Amino acid sequence: MARPGGGLPPPRLTVRDAAAEAVAGIVQRPGRAGLTMLGTVLGVGAFVAILGLTATGAGQISRQFSVLQDTTVTVADNGPANDVAQPGTYPAIGFPSDADAIADHINGVVAAGVWWPVALPEGTNFSASQALSGVTSQTVDLLAASPGAVKTMDLTMVAGSRLSAYENDTAQHVAMLDSTTASTLGISPSRLASHPAVFVNGIAYTIVGVYSSAQRVVSSSTGMLIPEKTALADYGHPEPGIGTYEEAQMVIATKTGAAQEVAREIAPAELPTDPKRLVVTPPQSPLKLQGEVNGDLAGLFLILALISLLIGAVGIGNTTLVAVLERTGEIGVRRSVGARPRHIAAQFLAESTALGTLGGLIGTCIGVGIVVIFAASKNWTAVLNPVYTLPAPLIGTVVGLLAGAYPALRAARTSPLEALRYA
Amino acid sequence: MTAPVIELRGLARTYPGPPPVHALRPADLVIGAGDYVAVTGPSGSGKSTLLHLLGLLDTPTAGSYLLDGLDTSTLPDRDRSTLRGRRIGVVFQAFHLLAYRTALENVLLAELYNRTPRSTRVQASVDALRAVGLGHRLDAVPTRLSGGECQRVAIARALVNRPSLLLCDEPTGNLDSRNAAALMALLDQLNSGGFTIVVITHDTKVAAHATRTVAISDGILSEQAGTGHG
Repeated sequence: MARPGGGLPPPRLTVRDAAAEAVAGIVQRPGRAGLTMLGTVLGVGAFVAILGLTATGAGQISRQFSVLQDTTVTVADNGPANDVAQPGTYPAIGFPSDADAIADHINGVVAAGVWWPVALPEGTNFSASQALSGVTSQTVDLLAASPGAVKTMDLTMVAGSRLSAYENDTAQHVAMLDSTTASTLGISPSRLASHPAVFVNGIAYTIVGVYSSAQRVVSSSTGMLIPEKTALADYGHPEPGIGTYEEAQMVIATKTGAAQEVAREIAPAELPTDPKRLVVTPPQSPLKLQGEVNGDLAGLFLILALISLLIGAVGIGNTTLVAVLERTGEIGVRRSVGARPRHIAAQFLAESTALGTLGGLIGTCIGVGIVVIFAASKNWTAVLNPVYTLPAPLIGTVVGLLAGAYPALRAARTSPLEALRYA
Repeated sequence: MTAPVIELRGLARTYPGPPPVHALRPADLVIGAGDYVAVTGPSGSGKSTLLHLLGLLDTPTAGSYLLDGLDTSTLPDRDRSTLRGRRIGVVFQAFHLLAYRTALENVLLAELYNRTPRSTRVQASVDALRAVGLGHRLDAVPTRLSGGECQRVAIARALVNRPSLLLCDEPTGNLDSRNAAALMALLDQLNSGGFTIVVITHDTKVAAHATRTVAISDGILSEQAGTGHG
C-alpha cells in the first residue's frame, strides 16, 4: 500500500522562503507597509526617545548635583556633653579658633571655615547710612563667617572684596552683602569706594563687598556676612545643638572623591578631646541620588512609551487582519498549490513580524536621532542606555509577532474552498 | 486499458442545511491517464462541487476518491496538501493570480511548498511559461497581461509541478472567443502530450474538445453515450 501522500514528502516552507515571501509582501505594497509600520515606528521611537531624553536630562541634573554635593562636607556643633556656660549665655563654640587652618591640613580639603546664623532679637532693623536713600529691612539673615567659610561659599562677587583674615582676627566691623539686600538698603556697588555702612540695631558695619550668588551655605537672597570674631564680640556664642538652626557649623569644600575620607578625619582633628560633639555629614552617594532622579521619571515615561507601543500593536494587528481578509483569494491559491495551514500562518506572521522589526529599527533610529539632536542643541551629553536602546528594534519584532498572531491564525483556518469562493 | 488517475466510488457531497443540499449525489467515475474529460451542466448542477472534490479543496460526505490509486477521502490535511501541490494542477475561471507578482513569480509560487530546490525553480517556471507561449512576458504583472495571457499564466502555474491531473474550472469563462480558441488549442496540445485533463464547463464548444463528456444535473453524474473510451 502506498504511503500517505502517495509516498511524497509533505509540503514544506523553509525559513528562507517564508522570509522571502514576507519581504516580497512588504516591498510590493510599500505605501501600505509604511502606514502599517507607522504605529510601531512611533511607539518604539517614543520609547527610545523618552528613555534617552530622561537619561540625558537626569544625567545632566545629577552632574550638577553631584559636583557640588560630592565635594561638600558639613560639621555641626552639637554642644558639649555638660553645659557649663553661665545662665543666659551659651558655651564656647566647639570649633577651635584655628579651625580653618586645622581643616586645611587634612588631605583633600580645598577650603574650610566656620559659620553660623547670628541670632538677633525680633524686629532688628537693618538700615544704611542716612545719606543713602534706602529703606529699612528686618528680613536680612546675618551670618557669621570665618575667612575660610567665606572662601568655601565660593561667592560670585559683584563689587569690593571678600572678608579678610585680618578683618576677622581684629574683629573689624565690616560686612558683605548680597546684591539684592544691597540694593534694598540703597547701597549700589559703585558706592563701595565711599565705605557705606549698614546699621544693625545701631552697630555700624562697613560694607566691603557685594556678591550675587554663592555655591555653598548661602542660599537665601537676603544675606549679610560679618567676620566670625566680630560676631562673637558683638553677639556672643551661638546656641549649640543640632536642630536649633543656629549652631556653629563648619563647611568644607573637598577635592572630588575626597569627601568621605575628609568626613572621617575632620571631627578628631578639630576636637580631639571630644570629637563626638561634632556631627559630620558626608555627601550623599551620587549614585544613589542619580538613581532616585532616574527612577521616578523613567517609570512615568516608560508607561507612556508602552501606551504608544500598544497603539502600534493595534495598528499592525488591524492592518494584518484587513490584509488577511483582502488576500483571501491568495490564501486559496496558496492552499491549492500545496500550502498547509501552518504555511499560511507562517507567511502572515512573518510579514507582520518583519513589519514590526522594520518599524522597530526605524523607530529606534528616529528615537536615537531625537535624543542626540536634543542633547547637542542643549550642549549636553546624550545618554542612551544600551539596555533599552539596543534591544528596542526587538520590541517592534515582538509587537509584530503578537499583533500578527490572531490574523495569521485566522488565515490558517480559512478553508481553501471558502478562500477561493470569496476571492 | 490505462491505469485510472481518478476513481470515484459513490462519492457524494451534501452541504448541511437546513435544508441540506445534495450538491453531488453518490457518483462513480473512472478517468484514465491521458483522458480528456469535459464535465458539463447548467449553473448550480454541481459542477464546481465535483471540481473542488477532485481538486482536494473540499472533502466528500460519503464515498471514496482514489487519486492515482490512493484513497484520499480519509487522508489528513497534510497529505491532501501534498497531493494538491504535487499531483493536481487547478486552473480557475478567475485566474487567481497574485496582482503584485510578475508572471514568473506567480508560477514560482506553485513550487514554493513542494521541496523543489531553489536552484531549479526559476528554470522550471520559465519552461512552463514558455510551454504556454509566454516566454516573452516573464516579468509582466497580471494588470499588464490580457485575459488570455493571465489564463496561460494560471495554466503554467498548474503545470509547473508536472501533476498527474489538470483540473480546469470554466477556463474560457473570462475570455473572448479568439483567446478561448487559443486556450483550447493549448489544452488539446497538452492532452496530446499526455496530460490528463478534466474541464468543467457549460460551453458545448469547449466540451467538444474533450474525448469524453460527463454530464451533471441536479448533482447526478452521468456519462454521455458514445464518448467514453476510458
